[in-house]
Amino acid sequence: MTDWYKIDRQGGDRLTDIRQFLKSVLGLESVSAMLVPRQLPTKDAVMPSLVSRPVLLDDADPLAPAFAVNSAKNISQLTRKGLDANIAAVLRPCEIRAHIELVKLHQSASEPVLIIGMDCLGAFSNRCYQAFLEENEGPASEAFCRARLSGAEPSNTVEISPACRMCEQPIPEGADIILGLYGISLDEGLFLQARTERGKEVLDNIGARGAKAPEQREQVVQSLIKERTEKRDQVFEETAAAVNTIEKLSEYLSGCVNCYNCRVACPACYCRECVFTTDVFDHDPLQYLKWSERKGALKMPTDTIFYHITRLVHMGTACVGCGQCANACPNDIPLTQLFRMVAHRTQAAFDYQAGRSADEPPPLTIFKEEEFDEIVGLGS
Amino acid sequence: MEEEFEPTIIAFVCNWCTYTAADLAGTSRLVYPPNVRLIRVMCTGMVDPKYIIKAFLEGADAVLVSGCHPGDCHYINGNLKARRRMRLLKEVLSVFGIEPERLRLTWIGASDGIEFADTIKEMVAQVKRIGPNACKHQTVV
Repeated sequence: MTDWYKIDRQGGDRLTDIRQFLKSVLGLESVSAMLVPRQLPTKDAVMPSLVSRPVLLDDADPLAPAFAVNSAKNISQLTRKGLDANIAAVLRPCEIRAHIELVKLHQSASEPVLIIGMDCLGAFSNRCYQAFLEENEGPASEAFCRARLSGAEPSNTVEISPACRMCEQPIPEGADIILGLYGISLDEGLFLQARTERGKEVLDNIGARGAKAPEQREQVVQSLIKERTEKRDQVFEETAAAVNTIEKLSEYLSGCVNCYNCRVACPACYCRECVFTTDVFDHDPLQYLKWSERKGALKMPTDTIFYHITRLVHMGTACVGCGQCANACPNDIPLTQLFRMVAHRTQAAFDYQAGRSADEPPPLTIFKEEEFDEIVGLGS
Repeated sequence: MEEEFEPTIIAFVCNWCTYTAADLAGTSRLVYPPNVRLIRVMCTGMVDPKYIIKAFLEGADAVLVSGCHPGDCHYINGNLKARRRMRLLKEVLSVFGIEPERLRLTWIGASDGIEFADTIKEMVAQVKRIGPNACKHQTVV
């Protein structure tokens, strides 16, 4: 479904219009609360917040270039045990993809959540977002939005995160309602696209009126995707060359202190208990000495490469490329590039794309009688 | 004179087929190279990717996973799950320079003692051609 709707300008800036739209959605009887990025009253930080009082949406800021956590994890907290209410969630495309993966892995439910997807303008890492705030002396989401849409650099001091610079999926395909930004003039009002029956019903109920598809949009989006895909492939090539032996991979990950922040931040890493923090890896003291003796030295904490390769095997087919692993890394290891590059290969091996469709089963949850015969035997 | 490279191959063999085949090879007094270290598992479907990753990081020159032919699995379909996992592992490990040829999956039935011995012979010959796994001497963090 691709029906377009329009809400006329209410005056003020685009953020005001968006807040007004969100308020009207939260005002519906069928929506109990809304998960939305919101400026915290205590500080300039923007965090996903579950808002149930519409007036507090005056602080909602889904245009902010802040991406502190992947909200798919929050939706999992809200729906995993069954939610006897309906909520709306304002999400980035990669959050929607992660949500779809978690639904398929039975860690989230899709029924209670109306997804309002934003065309994604990208975001800064947590640290760069702080620098952006200082540079602008406060939230400058509207200015950021204008800069990104006109192709200008949004900051003189910091760059958008690497994950976003190489993201070729900036359109929230899996949403119920898409809030369009690309290829839409700032003065025209809000353009919304109903992608599902549920989205259409909501837009009809809040009194949005049908509109023609924005003319420029398709072309703008296609050229953006093309540009990003080229950038992505270039990053894949550079990263592959940087890790093509275990020794080089060791160098790539040499800053890792086994804090496991990357897997805590990862929306696809859903295990309640990670094997790397169980007794399996709480080795006997003498074991460490034996390992040390074998090669003369043992880097401590150990099992670093083992951990990262295992994680690539465990969640690579579910990686949505959100970049939260690198965002969470205290030692600035470029994990996103590594994980996306490997995930791209493993997903292609199973003709799978994480977050593309709720109907495609995750590759490691199914098998067929006749498949992959080419990998069996010594001549393969 | 330089010593000839003797590879170490870790083989995860299923209790019901390939292990039994290895046993048959033994009782039939078939000779195969001593480079292989057999690890008996109940089913190839229980071979955790971690076992294989760990074997390579610890310096194994090759890993063989071998079980029942499709349709013969004692647990109905464990071998089919193993096959998917092996496809995934080959993809991931090859990124880091561990050649897909170092990781092998074969189906060897319980009565195929000869095939088991031949498979090990052939695999040892192949790994000798590829050379040692670099992890053995490199820094692995």
